[in-house]
Amino acid sequence: MDITTQQTTAPPTAPGPAAPADKRAARGATRPGDRIFLGLSRGSGIFVLVLMAAIAAFLTYRASIAIGKNEANFFTSFEWNPSGVPPEFGIAVLVFGTVVSSVIAMVIAVPVSVGIALFITHYAPRRLGGLIGYVVDLLAAVPSIVYGLWGVLVLVPHMGGLYSWLDEYLGWTGVFAWEGGPARSLLTVGILLALMILPIITNVSREVFRQVPRMHEEAALALGATRWEVIRMSVLPFGRSGVISASMLGLGRALGETMAVAMVLSPSFDIGASLLDPGGGTFAQNIASKFNEATVMGQDALIASGMVLFVITLLVNGAARLIIARRKEYSGANA
Amino acid sequence: MAKRIDVSGLNAYYGSFLAIEDISMTVEPRSVTAFIGPSGCGKSTFLRTLNRMHEVTPGGRVEGKVMLDEENLYGAGIDPVAVRREVGMVFQRPNPFPTMSVYDNVAAGLRLNGKHKKSELDDVVEKSLKGANLWNEVKDRLNKPGSGLSGGQQQRLCIARAIAVEPNVLLMDEPCSALDPISTLAIEDLIGELKEQFTIVIVTHNMQQAARVSDRTAFFNLAAVGQPGKLIELDDTERIFSNPSVQATEDYISGRFG
Ligand SMILES: Nc1ncnc2c1ncn2[C@@H]1O[C@H](COP(=O)(O)OP(=O)(O)OP(=O)(O)O)[C@@H](O)[C@H]1O
Ligand SMILES: [Mg+2]
Repeated sequence: MDITTQQTTAPPTAPGPAAPADKRAARGATRPGDRIFLGLSRGSGIFVLVLMAAIAAFLTYRASIAIGKNEANFFTSFEWNPSGVPPEFGIAVLVFGTVVSSVIAMVIAVPVSVGIALFITHYAPRRLGGLIGYVVDLLAAVPSIVYGLWGVLVLVPHMGGLYSWLDEYLGWTGVFAWEGGPARSLLTVGILLALMILPIITNVSREVFRQVPRMHEEAALALGATRWEVIRMSVLPFGRSGVISASMLGLGRALGETMAVAMVLSPSFDIGASLLDPGGGTFAQNIASKFNEATVMGQDALIASGMVLFVITLLVNGAARLIIARRKEYSGANA
Repeated sequence: MAKRIDVSGLNAYYGSFLAIEDISMTVEPRSVTAFIGPSGCGKSTFLRTLNRMHEVTPGGRVEGKVMLDEENLYGAGIDPVAVRREVGMVFQRPNPFPTMSVYDNVAAGLRLNGKHKKSELDDVVEKSLKGANLWNEVKDRLNKPGSGLSGGQQQRLCIARAIAVEPNVLLMDEPCSALDPISTLAIEDLIGELKEQFTIVIVTHNMQQAARVSDRTAFFNLAAVGQPGKLIELDDTERIFSNPSVQATEDYISGRFG
């Protein structure tokens, strides 16, 4: 007992005569194991950075070639003809399709996910909650190609009811007008994307809600709060930033989803007034469906569009961070 | 509005584990009653049966009667939510709502009761914060988050939050155990003032504190770990600390065990 305490409390290195040696000791690089590990981890860190820089440089280079030769306005043109003479292409349709389908997905998925997560953590009996959680976990593991197949074979043929209902009651807005075409529209894509991101958002929200400190909930309970009031006063405020992060994860997936969108959407390079019209396109879907047959110039144009998607994703993440940071003072973290 | 608490034949369970057995006692209005006893003897459990918080723990179950004046808290058709609005509680660790400002923390209970008029809330918030001896320290930062206060201030904020709804009874579970001696004294003084209006029950591990703040003291004990806790005796605080009628109480107070 005595001996072990002495061993563990003894200074790991004898105090060296020179200051630099001391400094190195403090950083833990004197033992061979430490030194090897430090070298390895530093090496891999640098390697990743170099790799990223190389990829970025390559993509930027190829994208800039395409944009340099482009005769149309890259941001506003509705054309996608990069191999034509002269080459003309623009991302307006893709921005529209990507943003709209993702927004639809978020509008549906976030409230439903939060609801499911609250049900699992605060309403359902333990067994039932566990079962639902397990099923949601399984959903998260389904590959997107399977969602795509299901979308084409099941969702698209069965959208008629919803579409005619929307047309009847909201058709006058124009946004929900339906001419009876196949349901391979941005709305269907949005609904499918909602289903795909629902498990991610639910899972993360569930973990966040589960971590609400018992004492915060009891504070509300002891004041005479009902279950819903406890959720409103303690659970949701505590989980707010977590839910935002979860939604951003989901949004990231929705923005970049490729296969399922490519399978469901009937691609066309224009922007319809109605969300129910077949057609439209998203960045990822456009790249997936065009890349194989593209010329070098066509590939470069697709790379350029991919970089725009990357920038959009970055902006979305930045915005989420801002939202979280703005109310940090009030977050549960410093309780 | 202080009310008398009259407990008879009360058992509380966690699942199948009987945590406290056959407790009967009366707590007079406008008095401070201290619960003392070794760790695990069921003081917190018993306290939480008095505002029906025990049953929010999974498996929590209560048998017996708790009368608040003429009303049995465990009677048929009694809404636990309504009970908790009448019997306030302050916890061991200060737990202001972290996402709410000082003002909103104090107003939280009032808003639950459907009071939303600004002028009305302003008055009660000020009165409650003054009642909790916190007004002078926070009157310039009412809109700052409650979690930004010191621990002692947070605890007084929780007291202000609890008294803002004018409960009939105030339960406190070791309210000073996370606080420094000065904050502790502030809260003890406060308890002395609050008993003019409320029936107060306080759990404490600090004998001096029990002796300082309480009129009556209840000593709880358990025969062995795994056995249910029981009320050993309840008497005037002076008598408990000078000349208790049960040997176990004397042993505990003089530090011979527990
Ligand atoms: N949530 C719970 N689930 C199961 N058993 C519990 C739970 N909370 C408390 N107990 C048990 O009930 C008994 C009484 O616990 P309680 O917390 O009431 O003791 P206490 O007198 O307040 O102790 P302390 O002075 O340490 O706060 C103990 O045996 C404890 O292990
Ligand atoms: Mg306790």
